[in-house]
Parts: sequence; structure tokens; C-alpha cells
Amino acid sequence: MTSAQEFLKNLKETPRNLRESMLRVGHAPETDRERSQSTFHNLFLHLQSVRTHRASLRFSYTFGLGLILTASFAVLTVTGILLMVYYKPSTDLAYQSLKDIHYVVPAGRFIRNIHRWAAHLMAAAVFLHMARVFYTGSYKHPREFNWLVGLALLVMTLGLSFTGYLLPWDQLAYWAITIGANIANSPREVTDALGITKWFDVGGFQKQLLLGANYVGQEALIRFYVLHVAVLPLAITAFMGIHFWRVRKDGGLSRDVTAPAVPAQIAGRDLNVFAPTKTYGLMAVVRGRTPVVGRAPEGSVPSWPHLLWAEMAALMFTVALTLVLGYFSDAPLKEMANPAIPENPAKAPWYFLGLQELVSYSAFMGGVGIPSIVLIGLGLIPYLDRDPRGVGKWFGGPEGRGVFWRSLLFGLLSVLALLTFTVNFGWLRSWFPQIPQLFIIALNPGTVIVAVYMAWSLWVLRRSQSVRMSAVALFTCFLAGFVVLTAMGSIFRGPNWHFYWWPSQWPVH
Amino acid sequence: MHEEPSRRRDFLGLAAIWSSALAMGAAIAGMLRLPKPAVLPGPLRVFKLGDPAQFAVGSVTKLEAANLLLFRDEKGFHAISSVCTHLGCIVAHNEGEGFACPCHGSRYNEDGAVIAGPAPTGLPWLEISLSPDGQLEVNAESQVNRGTIFRA
Repeated sequence: MTSAQEFLKNLKETPRNLRESMLRVGHAPETDRERSQSTFHNLFLHLQSVRTHRASLRFSYTFGLGLILTASFAVLTVTGILLMVYYKPSTDLAYQSLKDIHYVVPAGRFIRNIHRWAAHLMAAAVFLHMARVFYTGSYKHPREFNWLVGLALLVMTLGLSFTGYLLPWDQLAYWAITIGANIANSPREVTDALGITKWFDVGGFQKQLLLGANYVGQEALIRFYVLHVAVLPLAITAFMGIHFWRVRKDGGLSRDVTAPAVPAQIAGRDLNVFAPTKTYGLMAVVRGRTPVVGRAPEGSVPSWPHLLWAEMAALMFTVALTLVLGYFSDAPLKEMANPAIPENPAKAPWYFLGLQELVSYSAFMGGVGIPSIVLIGLGLIPYLDRDPRGVGKWFGGPEGRGVFWRSLLFGLLSVLALLTFTVNFGWLRSWFPQIPQLFIIALNPGTVIVAVYMAWSLWVLRRSQSVRMSAVALFTCFLAGFVVLTAMGSIFRGPNWHFYWWPSQWPVH
Repeated sequence: MHEEPSRRRDFLGLAAIWSSALAMGAAIAGMLRLPKPAVLPGPLRVFKLGDPAQFAVGSVTKLEAANLLLFRDEKGFHAISSVCTHLGCIVAHNEGEGFACPCHGSRYNEDGAVIAGPAPTGLPWLEISLSPDGQLEVNAESQVNRGTIFRA
């Protein structure tokens, strides 16, 4: 063979060789061994384990919420980068560039709508995912730390949403961020009341750090932009990596280990394998149980293709939902920001409206105090509830189911009663106009409902003698409070934050 | 045979680790110093309102650019900020009823003192002076005690 012939032959074979060199295996896997190999020979697939337990794939256990979160983040990243092509982070140009994206840029309006709907989906899914993990006891040993990582992801998700809210530089954005920045400033409410602001001004420091100035302007816009497109996406990606890695290292998704064994699928057939045929000595580098140590691969199926199908389904669901919503419903764009006239009412996105309702009682307690208490409480759950029973079962069994329903009822009724009272009779300042601010900070509808919920949870603890039941009670109460307050802020609050049954009753102004 | 660990090597190792950690910490602290602004940018918040004689007794003048209201009564002038002390929305003034905030329902009386809602303090009264060219001048950054009247 001459060198010219060899050259031609190699040229002809290049497409095949390129494919083989890229894929390592080179063809669709046919045996279990090849399925395993295609998983751990691929940078992206090797994030997941080679085999997945059948219980982890049950839809009614996870509702695919973690996958939907990941998928919506992917949608947000792609659409976000596309929007960055036209968006200009300047107070003079931002609003106009939004108008351009809406009316001029090809598919610009569609992409922006998808971005906005994916953000809403991600916020909704992050709360539901947390509830799912909580109610199935999936935060328990050895998954305590991953619960904390999840909390960090929750905060970052809300942070991404908050920073994205300012970028259109319209009235809605400007006033929501003014309120948000002043919430960061609200520790001053306490330091002022104590007269120590001069020496200890956390509030002012936070506000300056966020806005780079004393008001919402160009400095604030560029800071929010940097946070939104660089700092938070990088941080959340890193934390997502840790989150997934810990899911694997902590033994896959939580499941009920007391449930009767189900057969494993090996080489396409269901096989009962009881004796541990293999120990994963190398994995002992990581503390805790690995998926199969001591239990053989029973109940598992190859991740390729079963897990991949689930992932594909979640991605398709997310994309389809955001496409449909984005096609039919436009993201809002109000008039350009006007620092002289606030929106009335000025409302944040729905997932912050529960907070905004609390803030309308006391800026510090509603915006800083109670959220901190809730976050610390959530973070402590896995370290206070060390009872290993009930993992992988919704509400930990029938007793928990009962506690859940009773707590839901109690949580709903008590917050509704309190809101009814507040709307009809006002609060301390309506009765005693001269009352010192510290009283209102300490005693307002927000702190009252937190105290009532804590009392209920302690009562459940005494009755059931179980920390788990008490945690279910508290979590459910807070969930009920969150839902009711969010509905209150989104639907029933109108101009001047007055109560209205319907927006159609709002006065014309 | 078991060997006693070398104290000197341990010390050097620990010293290396801690000095690296210290250096990294100092570097990160230095970098984090950057986002805290040393100078707060912003427009001049001193506003000239014109000749005092042009304000009729009993008039209320709204200055949107400055977010303040200028009151002229028999006793003299006073200026009240219209930025809500709760979370920074702009309050509306209704003659005779006082001020109402659209965002979270804080209400203030005619003197700017809180009468309802979540606002922690009253609306600040702002310093008024006469500029050298004889115009009224309000400094929106400088507060005076409630009830301070400027006579021109």
C-alpha cells in the first residue's frame, strides 16, 4: 500500500474512527457489562452510579423534583446566556434593551418568557423538593450534611431570582429591589431602637454592600447583574455538584431498608441475589454505606437505560412546560423605573410575598429575624432528629400521616385566625400609637405565629415522645403558614397593602 | 520498631499549613474589602426651591426629584421627607389626613409622626436654610428635630 493509498484509506475511515475515539465504547451497550462501562466511561454519566435501586425510580417517591430542578437550571442557563447577548446592564439602557428583546430580537420575547417561567418552576420545585425530602425522612443519617447543602441551594435559588428581578429596570423591579435593600438595612430598626447604630451598623453595611450606594441606581444594577450572571450561577453549580456527589456517596436516594427485598435485574432478567457477592473495599475511603455493601445488588437495575429514561422524561417535562407557558403568557414589563412614584402595591415575585406580608408587620422580624429562625431551625432538623426509623416512607408511617394532617389543620386555622384578627382589628400600634418600636419588633403577628407553631410542636413532642413527630408537626405548620401568607400577599393585598377579596375591588388611582 | 515522631518536623509542617492558611485568609479578606464602597456615589441632595416669597401661606409644595414636601404656614417653613422609614417607598400626602405609604400601609400624621403600620420612626424633618442668592435651600441629607420651623 502506497502512502497515498493509506492516506485515502485513513481519510475514509476518519468519521468512524473519530466516533470510536470519542465514545470509547463506540456502539450502544448490549450487555450489563457494557451498560456499566458506558456509565463510568463517560464524564457526565459517571456522576450517577452504575446501578440504581428500583425504589429510587418510583415516581410517587420523588416526583422527579430533583431532576426537574436540574433541568430547569439548565434551561435557565441556556436562555440566560441568550438574553445576555442583548441585555445592557446600565440604568439608561437596560429598560430599552428589554424592550428590544421583547419587540425586535428574533424569538427574544419567547426566550425571555421561557427564562421567567423556568425561574418560577425552579422556585416552586425547590420548595416541593425540600418538602419531599423532609417528609420521607431523607435528611437522616448519613444524609444530614446533604440536607444543609440543599438549604444552601434553596437560598441561592432565591438569591438568583431576587437578583434577576432588578435587571429589567422597570417600576416593578425598582421598587421590589428598593424594598429588598431596605430589608437588608432593617437590622437598623433594632440598633436604632437600642441606640447603638453609631457603633454597630450591620443593616447599613449590608445595604451598602448590596447597592454600592445609598439608593438603587447604576451601582446596584451592576452588582445585581454580576451576582445574577456570574457569582450565583457559579456557586450554585458547585453546590449542585456537591449535592449530587453526596447523594451517591450517602448511598443513593433514601429508601425503606426494612421493605421486603425486590429482585435485581441482571442481564435483562429478574434475579434474586441475596449473598453479598462483592464488597466495595475501595469505597471505604468515604464514610457511610455505599449502595450495595452487605446487601448485594438486590433490587437494582442498570442506570443505563432506566435512570437515563427518568432523566430524559424530567428534562422533556421541564422544557415542554416552560415552552407552553412561555408561548401563552408574557413576562411582565411595566413602565421604566421612576424613583419618585412607587408601584402601588409594589410586589415581589410570589415566593417572596409571604415574607412581604411578614415585613408589613415589622421590617426586621419579617425580613431578617423570622427567615433566620426558619433557616436555622431547618438546618438543625437532621441533628436533632437522630431516630433512624421511618426513612424512605412518606411521613415515616401511619402515625406521622396523622400528625401531618392534624398539624396542617392546626397550622392553617391558627394563621388564618391571626390574619383575620389583624385585618379586622389592627395590631399594637393601632391601639397604642406611642408604643416603643422594640415592643412591635418582639410582638407582632409574625412572631406570634412562630411562637404558636413552636408551642404546637412542643406539645406534639410531649404527646408522641418522638422528635421526628415533633419535627413533622413544626415543618407542616410552617408550610401551612408559608402557603397562607404567600396567598395573602399575592392575592388579598391591594393598594396601601389593604385587604381586598379580589383585585377587581382595588380603588382606581 | 516504633519511632517517636519528630517534633521539629511536625512543628515545621504545622507552621507551613497555618502560614498558608493565614496568607490565604488575609488575601481573601483583602479581596472582600473591594465591594464595600469607600465613597457612596449619588447626586447632590441639596435643593434650591426659589424665592421664599413665592410660597403662599398654607401651601404645600411637592418636590418629586428630592422626594420631599415643603410646607409654608403662618409660622414659617418646614420640609418633610416623603421616603417611608419602613422600607423606602414614597408616601403620599393627603391634605389634613397626613401621609400614607402605598407599600405596607404605614401612616403618619401631618407632622410626620407614625400613627399606624410597621414604620419604625416618623418621617424626618429636613434642614432648611437661605442660600446666599436669597433662595430657600433644603438639605435632604440633614435632619432637624420635628417642630423646627424656618423663618425667612
